[in-house]
Amino acid sequence: MQIGLVIGTVVPCEIYKGLEGVPMQWVRPLDKHGQPSGEAVVCADSTRMAGPGERVYFEGGREAALALDPWFVPVDHAIIGIIDDVHVAEEGAT
Amino acid sequence: MKTGIVAGDIVSTINHGFYDGRKMLIVDLVDATGRRTGKELVAVDVAGAGPGETVLILDEGNGARQVFGSTDAPVRSVIVGIIDRMDLDPA
Repeated sequence: MQIGLVIGTVVPCEIYKGLEGVPMQWVRPLDKHGQPSGEAVVCADSTRMAGPGERVYFEGGREAALALDPWFVPVDHAIIGIIDDVHVAEEGAT
Repeated sequence: MKTGIVAGDIVSTINHGFYDGRKMLIVDLVDATGRRTGKELVAVDVAGAGPGETVLILDEGNGARQVFGSTDAPVRSVIVGIIDRMDLDPA
């Protein structure tokens, strides 16, 4: 699982059945220091509460689909939760 | 399985139900020589690991779900052990 930052939203007008109403967010992977660490991906938001500017953690592969209900949906990344704090041992909380 | 050094942890209150009350640690992956590879991941801890400890990480969904006795938990990376020592054959 990776840390990420929600940087945008995707609003589909047509979507595969089972994904109706599931929020889709642009998420840029971050490292523990908050630096960008990869290409942004579109994540289905299983919490349905994440918004741009919020740090989240997201999962890929089958676990991404399992985070949703119904879970048998074509999704390869999903936001699992919204981060309140990140504690890095030598730096303290951010 | 992968190995890594615990670098910190994550606090979250809004999350998928499975993660309620779970300990989530940030792990810097290390190779067989113990050097950091530059990659990091977030893993659920079931071994009681703390910052600075070298840990064994199971990084596969079915095995991870088995650890929690679940068939549908959205979990893939689990810290399943704390490593005392790693010996690498110098050959």
